[in-house]
Amino acid sequence: MPPKYHIHTSRAENRFQKITKSGVIAWDEGCLKCARCVKKDCVYKVYEKRGIDTRQMLESLDSVCMDCFRCVQGCPNKLIQKGINPSYKELGDHYWTAEIISGLWYQAEAGRIPVSGGGYGGAFSGPGFDAMWTDMSEIVRPTRDGIHGREYISTTVDIGRKVMALEFDQAGALVNDPPPNVEIPQPIIFDLLPWSPPGKGINLAMLEGARSLGTFAIVRQSEFSPEMEEYLPNIVLYVDGNVSDISPKILRKLRLIEIPYGKDSIAAQKKLKEEHPGLVTIIRMELTPDSSGNVSRLIAEGAEAIHLVADEYGLEKSDKPLFIKERMREIHLHLVDKGVRDRITLIAGGGIAMAEHVAKLIICGADMLSVDIPLLVAMECRVCRRCKDGISCPVELETIDHLWGASRIRNLMAGWHNQLLEILGAMGIREVRRLRGEMGRAMFFENLEKDIFSTLGKRG
Amino acid sequence: MAIKTQTMKLPEFKPVQSRFRNALSKYRVTITKACNNCGLCVTLCPYGVYKAGSKKPRVVAEHLCLGFPCKEKEFYCVNKCPEKAIQLTLNPAFEILGDKRWSADLLASAWHMAETGEIPYQGLNYKTGNSGGGFDKLRFIFPREKALDIPDEEVSTAIELNRSGDSRPGVTIQVPFYFGGMSFGSVSIVTMLSRVKAAAALQTFCCTGEGGYPEELIPYDDHIITQIATGLFGVREETIKRVRIVEFKYAQGAKPGLGGHLLGDKVTARVASMREAVAGTALFSPFPFHSVYSVEDHKKHVDWIKETNYRALVSVKVSTPSDVDMVAVGSYYAGAHIVQLDGSYGGTGAAPDIAKKNIAMPLEYAVPKVHKFLSDEGIRDKVTIIASGGIRSAYDMAKAIALGADGVCLGTADLVALECIRCHHCESGRGCARGIATTDEELTKLMELEWATQRIINMYLVWRRQLIAILKRLGMRSVTELVGRFDLIGHLDYIKQEDVEGELEL
Repeated sequence: MPPKYHIHTSRAENRFQKITKSGVIAWDEGCLKCARCVKKDCVYKVYEKRGIDTRQMLESLDSVCMDCFRCVQGCPNKLIQKGINPSYKELGDHYWTAEIISGLWYQAEAGRIPVSGGGYGGAFSGPGFDAMWTDMSEIVRPTRDGIHGREYISTTVDIGRKVMALEFDQAGALVNDPPPNVEIPQPIIFDLLPWSPPGKGINLAMLEGARSLGTFAIVRQSEFSPEMEEYLPNIVLYVDGNVSDISPKILRKLRLIEIPYGKDSIAAQKKLKEEHPGLVTIIRMELTPDSSGNVSRLIAEGAEAIHLVADEYGLEKSDKPLFIKERMREIHLHLVDKGVRDRITLIAGGGIAMAEHVAKLIICGADMLSVDIPLLVAMECRVCRRCKDGISCPVELETIDHLWGASRIRNLMAGWHNQLLEILGAMGIREVRRLRGEMGRAMFFENLEKDIFSTLGKRG
Repeated sequence: MAIKTQTMKLPEFKPVQSRFRNALSKYRVTITKACNNCGLCVTLCPYGVYKAGSKKPRVVAEHLCLGFPCKEKEFYCVNKCPEKAIQLTLNPAFEILGDKRWSADLLASAWHMAETGEIPYQGLNYKTGNSGGGFDKLRFIFPREKALDIPDEEVSTAIELNRSGDSRPGVTIQVPFYFGGMSFGSVSIVTMLSRVKAAAALQTFCCTGEGGYPEELIPYDDHIITQIATGLFGVREETIKRVRIVEFKYAQGAKPGLGGHLLGDKVTARVASMREAVAGTALFSPFPFHSVYSVEDHKKHVDWIKETNYRALVSVKVSTPSDVDMVAVGSYYAGAHIVQLDGSYGGTGAAPDIAKKNIAMPLEYAVPKVHKFLSDEGIRDKVTIIASGGIRSAYDMAKAIALGADGVCLGTADLVALECIRCHHCESGRGCARGIATTDEELTKLMELEWATQRIINMYLVWRRQLIAILKRLGMRSVTELVGRFDLIGHLDYIKQEDVEGELEL
């Protein structure tokens, strides 16, 4: 058994004051100076601790308030009120919601998974990933305690082509060498960012983060720079130019390379392998309604790994786009049907925003995922997308120290890893490879609604 | 099965005001400087919003204000005020109070019921929350005929918990609900005792949770369910012998498939001694029962309790996996009298957010699935199904029963009656800032036992009245007639008024 994969976390403070959901309002004249709120009511000593936050010269009250309403309910002159913070309402968009962004910030800062009391307060279900639930077992399954450390749950996955059976010659020696495989300790690699402010700090933070986690970050060939050389064993070089422009020195240090999907992608793969037989090639393609056909054809032609990419909302490219989870289910089942699913590694990405999406997309048929925007959010990005239009970043991402950024990314990924263990543990599954395609261990909204709610109220 | 209808002697209602100076309200009423203290508003308002003051009237009960609908009334203070000195606005805090499941309206409704013993009149939605599915989209289909015109006393809300036909005593509860396990440690002794006392007054039960059986509870032994969970904290032979119902907690809805976790901060000396542990250390209840890996092992568990206590009924509390129907059948054949299906919306203790949201199916699917399966097996009449985890109102309770449960188990609603605002910080530091889910000595003092007990009683008296009103509209004389009546309930996404003969409540 390999040593237990453990991610070391350490608190990495925000550089900017976070945007909280609510704020104290109408705190003004008429105050009796009775200090009830300060001395008596506040359990969290918010009023004692309040001050000017020097990071942005903002009042610190709201960022430490825990919304217990004791001061609101205790103030003799009813001067303290709480209301929703308008900036919070504006944070993100319909998909990258304020709740998701705040949750990512918390994990990146604290290196801990979100835990709360008082039950679940969210929606019954929702679109996309919110329309499925994962299974659990009451009693009959192996003991586990992934989080608390007694049992080992593996989150390791492999990238590369699998041989279905080994062939031996008469003398008992292997006829063919098994194809190269790259093993990574958690089923996530870092993708190209859809947008970001300029600045090497962001790239280096992702690379440093990837290295310390034992995973990979995808880097464009055109953006590769000499200071990235030390990270080559953790880089997936994305060939956005000519293969022949990659120096042999660099190529030799690479373990993974990504090439765009096209007519000659298999030819390009062959060429790369001639130069560096140990290299595993990933073919990157946009997720479309034709993906399953294209994937199965590529498998037949010898592809090793395919990276299917949806847009930042998890939608495929189409007039009537399917969500990534639906398309991956279709692709997975198509490949199972053809008996070729196990030959290939499928990496899926686009719209992956929360830890639960990792487990859910793997259940829907991906071997592993690529993540992009959450890595930026880990570094305090507010998903305002102003950088896309060349407007300055409100949290000055271009100025970050890459080591701080890496520790924020590491914290977030540690949180996601632990949450993946929670889901696996609850299901009684001891390795993430076995989670892949386990749709029988998930419950889908549309099925349950059809079976149960749509039949209610009918006579007879 | 016929149930002994005994006239239930109801506990008395007594008004119990908020513990806090300013009750949280939907509306804000302010009197400006223009006021000349004529006192008209004080006399006009039938809801007691104002009290006379020396310079101007004092707004003492905004939460009782009828709000904007008051415009139609002849006593509308805002219009009547000769100086136009009264302003009525929405309270901005209402926007951040609560969450999608427990909306601000539902919270304020529960507070209103606990305080006044009445159904809220302030335009609060006390029937559904904003979760966008499940209970919040399920509606009753009421017959067009008039409701049964009989006194409330003639409608039975009692249910029998021992339906097995075995030789153990019957246990009838007079209301189709009992209170779920909240351990000493997760909540204060005052909270725990108030729930137990309220349960005794309402002639039902309250579960101890997994944290021991504090001796203060002994006078209420006949109304207590003691819990055996995976950590076996505070489980002793004498506690098992003391009670009429013993509950096995296999899993809980808030963290299905995961263990319990009491943070070190909450493990005070008393909590530690009750649990036979060391103060200040975090306590984990592992998952699952390490002595149960098969349904045969489970039967051994049940037999163990049955041998230890010859009169006890056994309840099995499980979560809602995809095969929840099989779990229920297995539990029944192993000898359980009660199967409690715990959905993922409830729970006080710390739980990973990912688990609450994603693991196991919503309760509203699990209950009908189990009901149908047990009916097809021909054993539905032999076992009591209790639904729990997110029952917020009398309407949720009635819907759960129509979906196939015999009754429900409650927890969070009790805490809301005690003025929980669902800030979701019960787990951190010293615990609940409002003195409910805490073991901190100072915070515990925020609440008095008598106050708390009466608040819970008041709210559930209203629930019972609401349930009776629903039953009468459905033409039923007993809550047992409502069980599994899929024909009387519809989901707004799949059924419209024109599809039904009765009246679809919108």
